[in-house]
Amino acid sequence: MRFEGTNDYVATEDLKVAVNAAVTLRRPLLVKGEPGTGKTVLAHEIAGTLDAPLIEWHVKSTTKAHQGLYEYDAVARLRDGQLGDERVHDIRNYIKKGKLWDAFTSPRLPVLLIDEIDKADIEFPNDLLQELDRMSFDVYETGETITALERPIVVITSNNEKELPDAFLRRCFFHYIRFPDRETMERIVDVHFPDIQKVLVSRALDIFYEVREVPGLKKKPSTSELLDWLKLLLHEDMPLEALQNRDPKKAIPPLHGALLKNEQDVMLFERLAFLARRQGA
Amino acid sequence: MFLNFLDALRKAGIPATLKEHLVLLEALDREVIERSPEEFYYLARATYVKDEALIDKFDRVFGQIFRGLQLSSEGGAHALPEEWLRAVAEKFLSREEMAKIEALGSWEELMETLKKRLEEQEGRHEGGSKWIGTGGTSPFGNAGYNPQGVRIGGKSKHRRAVKVWERREFQNLDSDRELGTRNIKIALRRLRRFAREGAADELDLDATIDGTARRGWLDIAMRPERHNAVKLLLFLDVGGSMDPHVRVCEELFSAAKAEFKNLEFFYFHNCVYEGVWKDNRRRFTERTKTWDVLHKYGHDYKLLIVGDAAMSSYEITHPGGSVEHMNDEAGLVWIQRLTTTYPAAAWINPVPEQQWNYSASTKLIRDAMSDRMFPLTLGGLDEATRTLTRKA
Repeated sequence: MRFEGTNDYVATEDLKVAVNAAVTLRRPLLVKGEPGTGKTVLAHEIAGTLDAPLIEWHVKSTTKAHQGLYEYDAVARLRDGQLGDERVHDIRNYIKKGKLWDAFTSPRLPVLLIDEIDKADIEFPNDLLQELDRMSFDVYETGETITALERPIVVITSNNEKELPDAFLRRCFFHYIRFPDRETMERIVDVHFPDIQKVLVSRALDIFYEVREVPGLKKKPSTSELLDWLKLLLHEDMPLEALQNRDPKKAIPPLHGALLKNEQDVMLFERLAFLARRQGA
Repeated sequence: MFLNFLDALRKAGIPATLKEHLVLLEALDREVIERSPEEFYYLARATYVKDEALIDKFDRVFGQIFRGLQLSSEGGAHALPEEWLRAVAEKFLSREEMAKIEALGSWEELMETLKKRLEEQEGRHEGGSKWIGTGGTSPFGNAGYNPQGVRIGGKSKHRRAVKVWERREFQNLDSDRELGTRNIKIALRRLRRFAREGAADELDLDATIDGTARRGWLDIAMRPERHNAVKLLLFLDVGGSMDPHVRVCEELFSAAKAEFKNLEFFYFHNCVYEGVWKDNRRRFTERTKTWDVLHKYGHDYKLLIVGDAAMSSYEITHPGGSVEHMNDEAGLVWIQRLTTTYPAAAWINPVPEQQWNYSASTKLIRDAMSDRMFPLTLGGLDEATRTLTRKA
């Protein structure tokens, strides 16, 4: 049971080693990297490879650690109590299972994705330390202890918005997804658009990396933007010449909306184009 | 096992602990990886390093500790530097041969001949490694060189052969992390102090349950929303020597604006005098009297001044010292007034800390702020926010 990348996902050597270590030792895998380099997709692919169900927990700024364990719906119980419902006598009726509970009690070994853990409050990772370490937690309302049947595979992604506590990091394997180099990028494009013309890809990649190289860009386009752009190019049936015989005076690539997501960046390109034109004249 | 590696890592400033070390040993024990140096490197990296900024440091330590480590033979092709190949070619082909081939004009052909020649050489000498030198002394540094693995001409398809940890691909990530809006926001976040103020429009669940249990009927309790109650007064130096710092100040400003609901900002030039302004285009026509600012915003505001404090000392110490207008009172007086009105105050200086000593005015202002001057770096901002919260 080794993770080797899939038909839809190109994994680099170091990523494979990190994933396999995390899967074998059942320790959480912390994945960081630029947005759009496929951090979240990785969990899907691991689940796909291992044929395991994927349990996704998307963290938001308001998410609290205990929501991953369980929530006690006091309001519902209160209402039932007022209405004289029979259910009110069993507190278990009002305990809503969280994602961690689901993962611990899943009949098949699951992959648990804790997405964008850095979005939550600074204390969030600390609150999950014990649970992720021992893979068990107590339900105070009913006095039971939920223990994982089998330690689930945990993938945690982070965008670096907040530093994570050391104690938490110590329990994880870490992988930083680098922005793919050209070779890897060609493989990625190949995986997503198997029928695309080689020349088109090569030219598009030239432009793509040129755009990334432009100094002063506020937001560099990433893999997902490249894929979107290629999709658009194909959809629009952009003639190859439009990319190939690119006039240096037109610095803005065709359909740039997919690549540049910031009006300041578009302005920057327009200014560059203007400069190029003026120099040419 | 590998304990010296752990020691070296810790010495280099990578916060690896015994816990990680045991995990690594466990992983090796469970045969997570195949027995190749690359995979070992990847595994060790995933185990010890938890921050991409430290990967480069790790690469260097790894290179030192496992200096003699040979590459796995598969794909043992080195991407040879062309200059080196030329040097080798000169060594093994006679001058005439070189000239002849070069006359043909094909580098590939030259390489082809060289390859043949190397193969012959190898046959003649035992092992064939002597004339290039055994591992560690070859022109590849410590790579250890095996002529069989030389791929001549063309690039190796998978560039595995150059040891991955020697490529130092994470070099760029190691450096003082860039100060972006996001980082500044996080630093400023320390200033948050949540309080509930205003209209009660949020359901207070706990109080509702409590009240209902007490009274026996549904007793709904409401409370006001929680929000950041910190009030910030921001003074920004503009123009002149501040020009090189425009971008970073812009970021600080936009971060502060997004982070604080109660933010008031004013501009000044070099030093705060009797007037400040809110709109740079109308700085001479629409001035706010500094006295008005002091009266309008209460003591609970926190004062943050951003400026490089680089000016002539007269601008601070003497009345009429301002470069722009006739000021009746010295800048120092105004700074003192500001710091008395706002006990929580800090001066952020975009100039690197090492250069502060070179300007007398910086020292003057620093003294006037009772040493509460901080560089515009993440660490500096952090310190500044700490100071601001302490005095509150």
